[in-house]
Amino acid sequence: MLQSPIDRIASATPPAVAARVKGLSDRAIAWLFVAPSIVLLLAINIFPLIWTIRLSFTNFRVNRPNAQVEFVGLRNYINILTDSDIWLSMQATAHFLIWTIVLQVLIGFSLAYLINKKFRGNDLWTTIIVLPMMLSPAVVGNFWTFLYQPQIGLFNYVVGFLTGSDPSSFSMIANTSLAPWAIIIVDTWMWTPFVMLICLAGLRSIPPSIYEAAECDRASKWRQFWTITIPMVLPFLMLAVLFRGIENFKMFDLVVQLTGGGPGSITELTSINLKRAAFEQWRTGYASAYAVILFVTVFGLASIYVKALNKVKQR
Amino acid sequence: MKSLLTSSALAAGMYVAVSATTVSSAEAADLTLCWAAWDPANALVELSKDFEAKSGNTMRFEFVPWPNFADRMLNELNSGGKLCDLLIGDSQWIGGAAENGQYVKLNDFFDKEGIKMDDFIPATVVGYAEWPKNTPNYWAMPAFGDVVGWTYRKDWFARPELQAEFKQKYGRDLAVPRNWAELTDIAEFFQGREIDGKKVYGAAIYTERGSEGITMGATNALYSYGFKYDNPEKPYELEGFVNSPGAVAGLEAYKKLYDCCTPPGHSDAYMTEDVDAYKSGQVALQMNFTFTWPGINADANVGGDKSGYFPNPAGPDGVQFAQLGGQGISVVAASEKQAEALAYIKWFSQPEIQQKWWKFGGYSALRAVVEDPSFASSQPYAKPFLDSMAIVKDFWAEPSYASLLQASQKRFHDYVVANQGTAKDALDGLVKDWTAVFEDEGKY
Repeated sequence: MLQSPIDRIASATPPAVAARVKGLSDRAIAWLFVAPSIVLLLAINIFPLIWTIRLSFTNFRVNRPNAQVEFVGLRNYINILTDSDIWLSMQATAHFLIWTIVLQVLIGFSLAYLINKKFRGNDLWTTIIVLPMMLSPAVVGNFWTFLYQPQIGLFNYVVGFLTGSDPSSFSMIANTSLAPWAIIIVDTWMWTPFVMLICLAGLRSIPPSIYEAAECDRASKWRQFWTITIPMVLPFLMLAVLFRGIENFKMFDLVVQLTGGGPGSITELTSINLKRAAFEQWRTGYASAYAVILFVTVFGLASIYVKALNKVKQR
Repeated sequence: MKSLLTSSALAAGMYVAVSATTVSSAEAADLTLCWAAWDPANALVELSKDFEAKSGNTMRFEFVPWPNFADRMLNELNSGGKLCDLLIGDSQWIGGAAENGQYVKLNDFFDKEGIKMDDFIPATVVGYAEWPKNTPNYWAMPAFGDVVGWTYRKDWFARPELQAEFKQKYGRDLAVPRNWAELTDIAEFFQGREIDGKKVYGAAIYTERGSEGITMGATNALYSYGFKYDNPEKPYELEGFVNSPGAVAGLEAYKKLYDCCTPPGHSDAYMTEDVDAYKSGQVALQMNFTFTWPGINADANVGGDKSGYFPNPAGPDGVQFAQLGGQGISVVAASEKQAEALAYIKWFSQPEIQQKWWKFGGYSALRAVVEDPSFASSQPYAKPFLDSMAIVKDFWAEPSYASLLQASQKRFHDYVVANQGTAKDALDGLVKDWTAVFEDEGKY
């Protein structure tokens, strides 16, 4: 007689093990399965978070193992929030965050809209467009430094060719006005395809019948776009903004490779600033407080945003 | 059954053999030496073959590119890692490594083995080995003497048409500059000039932001213009010394050189970028540590008679200093092979090995080598190296050096490259930052 897989597993279970498991409730077995994940989560996420919060109230420095660790209360938090350099760093991060999201949403949605139309070579173009996001950010940062090189860089050459100016007359990375835009351009180049893919998923999820009904009602293409396409893609777009927002708030590798935070501190985003405090100056307590402030900021903003996203979805 | 027994016996035999190999390799000390990834490190690999042959130990090397060297190695020391048995660490790390017990103190070992610090160039002993400075407490043996100096295109300087034009413009010969003003004139003269159908530029200087680059560069101008780290009579008193009028003029001179005479896009350049700019024939002058000189001398495009070398020029009052580079070799306290590591240092200290070290391209700091009458003429860069080593000054080597360095990196880059504020603002800000660090350290 043929046995089901479950029967086979049951009969293969050693009697000693079966006896031990026999008395367990479904709930206990469920906990048994979930426990490893919870232990792992506690060990690598929750415990470090609690430890970081604890350190943030001390003057601990990891490179001074022999020094006495003192409780300093809110001093680290006050020092950070009253430091003008940190606020400049926050401004640089906000500038980077806002512009990358605006550009990536606009270009990403436009590309998705175009790619969604049926045309010859559609799949090939989709593949080509998504290539940048498959590269390592460190590699992208590195090769864009060559593209931005004033004497041999392709970017400068193209700008020079289009404007008739001397390509070596400007440097995207060395100029304080251009450097913030240099990092925005590279991030947009790299991550617009990601936004495009999410928008494409949104566009393809709209049932054709809705457009057909609109056609029957003689709605114009423009009206269809604003009353069908945009509202139905909006939850997807908002999700893309959330992902890119969180990612760019903690942007590090690409910008370090491109500008190292310079010229001066113009492109020193909060993550770079934090890394310097934690692993170059070794101010562990101070850096922990800084990390907590950033965590609360991003967590708070993301929570508000997710609530808004849920409201949009329910509409 | 028989085959089962045979395979079990084989497996057991293999296990015993593998275990025995593991044990014996553990006993035959595999020493790991950590250093930066650069030309001298390759020379040391060659040199160390002699130690391997004589001691029976195997040398392994962990070389980290310069921009990540401090991060990587200080992480290793701070975490009590056992990766490195020997570390050729930067001179500024000595204070922290000594106070935090990360290096083995070498006084007893030196006494026992008859290694005398008087046998080394005094500046290298103070810079690379001592903590506290100017006290006989040794945490390293000087391993590689290095200092910032200048390279110039001797072949371009020798061209009659350029000589004539320069003399007409500046009223003196186009020659090795005696001070920073002359250096800037020369850089200005070459900036944007066409030589052999190629546009060239004045000077490649240090402007790097991320690690230590711009500080290692700007200090050369600052020192020669009168900058001091603190009051010589009252340590850690910074006001009026770090931001003295001379220091302000020095930082302005460095910015002037950056603004007028560097190649386009030279805003984040350190050792590698400067060497690249020079070797590719882009610049007439190059600021760099002297370790680059053997490579330049041997280069097919700019080597041999095409290049000359000179120490960092003096300031307006004739004061002349140069930024110390170089490192000492230390035994890492967390190492379990300290005896073998000390044996390596003993071997490395021998005059014949130091002589060989110089021949391989390593800058020996042993006086028996550098004071040998034949040394100055042994290489075209030997004398400028000696002259440079006679005028060295080093950055803070305090345990808090990383915070002090980050502050200067920011202040100098903000002013020199990003055009923010004045030189006085930058140095006043630096006084504020450094004072905060020392207050935190309980120095006041």
